[in-house]
Amino acid sequence: MAKIPYKWYKILAILLLCYTIIYGLLIPLPSDVGMLDETIRNLFYHVPMWFGMMLILMVAWIYSIMYLQNQYAKYEIIARALTFTGILMGLCGLFTGMFWGYNTWGSPWTNDPKLNGVAVGMTMYAGYWLIQKSVNDGEKKARLASVYNIFIFPLFIALIFVMPKLAKFSIHPGSGESVNFKTYNKTNNMEIVFYPAIIGWTLLFVWIAEIRARYELLKQRKENEKLFA
Amino acid sequence: MKNYLLNILLDVVPQTIETESLFRSSGKIYVVVGILTIIFTLISIYLIRLDSKITRLEKELK
Repeated sequence: MAKIPYKWYKILAILLLCYTIIYGLLIPLPSDVGMLDETIRNLFYHVPMWFGMMLILMVAWIYSIMYLQNQYAKYEIIARALTFTGILMGLCGLFTGMFWGYNTWGSPWTNDPKLNGVAVGMTMYAGYWLIQKSVNDGEKKARLASVYNIFIFPLFIALIFVMPKLAKFSIHPGSGESVNFKTYNKTNNMEIVFYPAIIGWTLLFVWIAEIRARYELLKQRKENEKLFA
Repeated sequence: MKNYLLNILLDVVPQTIETESLFRSSGKIYVVVGILTIIFTLISIYLIRLDSKITRLEKELK
């Protein structure tokens, strides 16, 4: 079964997200965040999307490897559910980032290594989606998608994480000369919302992926029953 | 009564600094917090129901 045998993580996700939403909006901010002003609160909503996406896609990548090793259809279904959820998270991060950028930098898309890396990366994952939708033969599709997924995940991480770090200039935090918690003054206590936010959002999307995987498994079982009836 | 409750809420929140007081001066931020909480609660309920429906289906097909 694709069902995760622990119920507590769903409760934890809800509790952590309630905390994130309520306290994330009310927490006092450091006074020297500059042009960001109150929008620094997006740290609790926009940034966890990307962290969670990377974690979820990494687990999907591991499941793709496991599928190629021993050909259990279940593994491919889990990898697919996780990858699609990861793409959803990435899109959430992308659109929130565009909105934030539009209001801070004055443009939804700047010519920045981090943003361009994400554009290429999301296109690669669109390719994964295309494989899933365009191949009819079930096993061939599963193998193709797994191989493709194994191939693109490291590239994706290189594009959105490693390359921006190496870049000389970037206005996006987390790349080049990075902004971090130490940049801001002592009143800063944003970590106490930021880390729970990452855990909470990730667990919520893991839950969504779990539901999707279980649905796909049920569908597959039904098809098998039809086949052998 | 309404003002009284608001004052209690404002007291619970730690003392703020300049940028912050502008943000809260109207006190209306709590409306946004409330609305987000409602939306998130409904999404949670929806997910829980979806989860239990699938669990039921899994049990039936076993």
